[in-house]
Amino acid sequence: MSTLAANAPGAAGSGLADVAASEASLRRFLHGLPGVDQVGLEARAATLGTRSIKTTAKAYAIDLAISMIDLTTLEGADTVGKVRALCAKGRTPDPSDPGTPRVAAICVYPDMVATAKDALRGTAIQVASVATAFPAGRAALPVKLADTADAVAAGADEIDMVIDRGAFLSGRYLDVFNEIVAVKEACRRPDGTAAHLKVIFETGELQTYDNVRRASWLAMLAGADFIKTSTGKVAVNATPPVTLLMLEAVRDFKAQTGVQVGVKPAGGIRTTKDAMKYLVMVNETLGDDWLTPHWFRFGASSLLNDLLMQRQKLTTGRYSGPDYVTVD
Amino acid sequence: MSDVIARLEVLKTYKLYVGGKFPRSESGRVYEVTDSKGQWLANAPLGTRKDTRDAVLAARAAVKGWAGTTAYNRGQVLYRVAEMLQGRREQFTAEVATAEGLSAKKAAALVDAAIDRWVWYAGWTDKVAQIAGGANPVAGPYFNLSTPEPTGVVGVVAPQRGTGFSFLGLVSVIAPAIATGNTVVVAAAADAPLPALSLGEVLATSDVPGGVVNIISGRTADIAPTLASHQDINALDLAGAIAVEGPGAAAALEASAADTLKRVLRPAEDQSALDWTDAPGTERLLSFLETKTVWHPMGI
Amino acid sequence: MAKNKNVEEPVKKSGLFEYAPAPESPAAAGDIASSYGHFIGGEFVDSSGSEALKTVNPATEQVLAEFAQGTDEDVDRAVTAARKAFADWSALPGSERAKYLFRIARIVQERSRELAVLESIDNGKPIRETRDVDLPLVAAHFFYYAGWADKLDYAGYGANPKPLGVAGQVIPWNFPLLMLAWKIAPALATGNTVVLKPAETTPLTALRFAEICRQAGLPKGVVNIVTGDGRTGAALTAHPDVNKVAFTGSTPVGRAIAKQLAGTRKKLSLELGGKAANIVFDDAPIDQAVEGIVNGIFFNQGHVCCAGSRLLVQESIQDELLDALKRRMGTLRVGDPLDKNTDIGAINSAEQLARITALTAAGEAEGAERWSPACELPGNGFWFRPTLFTGVSQAHRIAQEEIFGPVLSVLTFRTPAEAVEKANNTPYGLSAGIWTEKGSRILWMANRLKAGVVWANTFNKFDPTSPFGGYKESGYGREGGRHGLEAYLDV
Repeated sequence: MSTLAANAPGAAGSGLADVAASEASLRRFLHGLPGVDQVGLEARAATLGTRSIKTTAKAYAIDLAISMIDLTTLEGADTVGKVRALCAKGRTPDPSDPGTPRVAAICVYPDMVATAKDALRGTAIQVASVATAFPAGRAALPVKLADTADAVAAGADEIDMVIDRGAFLSGRYLDVFNEIVAVKEACRRPDGTAAHLKVIFETGELQTYDNVRRASWLAMLAGADFIKTSTGKVAVNATPPVTLLMLEAVRDFKAQTGVQVGVKPAGGIRTTKDAMKYLVMVNETLGDDWLTPHWFRFGASSLLNDLLMQRQKLTTGRYSGPDYVTVD
Repeated sequence: MSDVIARLEVLKTYKLYVGGKFPRSESGRVYEVTDSKGQWLANAPLGTRKDTRDAVLAARAAVKGWAGTTAYNRGQVLYRVAEMLQGRREQFTAEVATAEGLSAKKAAALVDAAIDRWVWYAGWTDKVAQIAGGANPVAGPYFNLSTPEPTGVVGVVAPQRGTGFSFLGLVSVIAPAIATGNTVVVAAAADAPLPALSLGEVLATSDVPGGVVNIISGRTADIAPTLASHQDINALDLAGAIAVEGPGAAAALEASAADTLKRVLRPAEDQSALDWTDAPGTERLLSFLETKTVWHPMGI
Repeated sequence: MAKNKNVEEPVKKSGLFEYAPAPESPAAAGDIASSYGHFIGGEFVDSSGSEALKTVNPATEQVLAEFAQGTDEDVDRAVTAARKAFADWSALPGSERAKYLFRIARIVQERSRELAVLESIDNGKPIRETRDVDLPLVAAHFFYYAGWADKLDYAGYGANPKPLGVAGQVIPWNFPLLMLAWKIAPALATGNTVVLKPAETTPLTALRFAEICRQAGLPKGVVNIVTGDGRTGAALTAHPDVNKVAFTGSTPVGRAIAKQLAGTRKKLSLELGGKAANIVFDDAPIDQAVEGIVNGIFFNQGHVCCAGSRLLVQESIQDELLDALKRRMGTLRVGDPLDKNTDIGAINSAEQLARITALTAAGEAEGAERWSPACELPGNGFWFRPTLFTGVSQAHRIAQEEIFGPVLSVLTFRTPAEAVEKANNTPYGLSAGIWTEKGSRILWMANRLKAGVVWANTFNKFDPTSPFGGYKESGYGREGGRHGLEAYLDV
């Protein structure tokens, strides 16, 4: 696997190519990253959360947020009908206002990729598929790779993989690294293109901010196109401080390597107010370069309807209600 | 005087206060509460061992949040209790007057004192560490700091004797325990439980999180031994342990508590001579604390 | 760019996500009268003199109100009222005094939006700070000292410690209402009565506080507010029937008061200037250190006596840290104090702006390199861009003198011992900051820093339970905490 590591795209031309040459060098690098002070990080995130987004700024941010949503259904009870309905919602979020932007992607399990792909034909909406034995990631590597390849073959534009948190927490960073590299390989299509790879950390399980910073660098070095907070399946999902920390990581990674990586907070973002806080963090930490669905996404399901209700309020001047947006 | 009256009063159903809710006793039973002359006042729930166990569960669940809130915030909450009590002064005056056989004027003074006692303890929350903790000048290159922390769940046998026992006394045992971040399960005074049960209604509307104070009425001989032997209780305040013998006697309770090395605050030697209007001092406040000392080297 | 002197980045074209104005309504400040007298003996009264001063909104230069220039006679009236009230107030049981202070704390909480807006208008500081910092701290301060009023026996000053009498208190303009709270709350809790003089550029919240005293039913004469400039302050501190003087402000004025009080029996506490070192080691949590540096010097436009105005950065991370700091400074939003998204508001007065301008000019003249981020400043009002000086040495005026503005001087060090030496190399000693992940180094440094408050991996944190005050020429006595009681007790 060490050749794969050296070929990892994120490491190219930045003097970081040797970082993953060995378990020891990778550990040394990750543990040499600046520490994160929990109190200070959380205070900064809270302060940014007090920004007051009004009128034109709010209208801009609502439409931007809608366009950044990975509209998600990841349930054991998912059916073809449910996925089709979700795709229809993604294409036409608000039938009463055709000016409403479409979502960025529909996020489903691998077996629903073909259905989603079919339902989204003719649109630019991406199909994202979770893979690698999502959400726990507790399967052998060949199974994870097959899971990934299957989703890609079915037409997935994006793959949301989970890291092996067990390996990470027990300090086997190189295993985590190599697995990401391998999954990235499995994202390749026969025509030479590749599905975009989002790497999920499950930050609620990594527990410390130091771990989140290390996981961010590890994933970026291994070639992640996006780093993503959570599966949405554990008690603690995306939070503003954890997302802020990951934004700082992609900022620093770009400064050092020139490679831009996207960020996707997922799980627990349900209201327009929440979404505004995240966009403010992107704006004030990263700026214009990341203020696009190409580089920032929300993994969410119920968020969309709240954004639509707020959008209607801005248009009509009246508060909307849940009966005035579609339930899918 | 005719039995027929112009308007029939609506009587209150007194209930336990557990986990922020007002359950009836799981026993489905009540007992008669009378005034000092034996006149019926109300029925109170006959709380059982199982009610007590439920209350301990609620108290334990509340420890993390309550102990974890800032001292400033706890002070605000305790002051809020005083504010809410002020608005229900008349009700408590009536309940204290009947419970202790006092004139309305004397009862009102006791209620006022109880309100002020909440204010007294509201002011203590963020000062306890400043009088009970501090830096220790150890002989070496170490920073050394001691801070008091709450013990955890405190079982309280509410006062049953002494001037003002039914309400001022009750407040005087609950407030110091929760001021420092403990949660409590209170065995209400068996013969005069109404002010205690009504206090639950005040606490429920005073920003005190559910489970921080739990109040059980019933036979002290049932409830107190359950508290004393319960393995998930950390300390006992035996203020109102009046039984001279049997499992509810103070010595028996203390002995039972010794099984899990609970911190025990013994009752006064002569409970009937107690005057709960006396200045409370800091004994109770400092009784349910653990001192934690932290060492850290100093060097480059 | 880095080599040019006096670098100011060109103003950036508007980004994708521009925040629309989100102004707090000035009307929320309540009615501002066209002119104010003093608050003496529980009544709003006219001055015995005819001289009036004007307070302006520093963000617009519009006159907000006229107020009286307190005369010697006004001061005497106020001290007399305070003396008269002292007997009953000090004899009141502590538990009753406590309840008055709790009432004040609660009314401040209830009226916090009004007071925050009024403070922003009169002072120029951003509403985000008055709303989220000043007002919560004001209420908390009264709440904390309310609790002490009936617990003085436990404060460590022996049984039944006695108040001093009438306290004459003179406060600055940087945190008008918060400094009032720091002065009045402990004074009242311990049984003193007060005559307080607010700063001449920011009298409005003190006068509004007088209304709160009335709502709380505070006995007449316990709190008296006399407005005016330094002449009024001097008359107050000189008054023979004042038992206690508390002053927060500049070191020169503090020194003059100390001389004035020499040989009297008046007790004195002084909270004066500072030139705090914010020391960043190469193992610091860097993103949080940057936030701490920004908060340390740009909070309240740098109008903070404990501001981290000297950044001492370990040479090995200087470039990385300064890049990060400049990038962060570029996101600071300077402008309308009432806009909820403003980070840096207006400089409090033309006079202060002139002082900042003069000192920064001296910095350039002495060879330091100046940098500011691009930001547009409003046309009217008093404004100063957040400014960074690099290449500063200990000998430069900007490394020695308190600028009291949004200006940061950057110096470097190589070893912990050198950091301590440079940090202590100032007549001041109010505060210091240390940024490192290594706990033992924090404590080693803290042990050696001659400063009354040492923040580690944080900066500019205040709490009513925590004593505040300086070493050396930063003053003496402590405000806040149990220690803050001593300044108002006969011990």
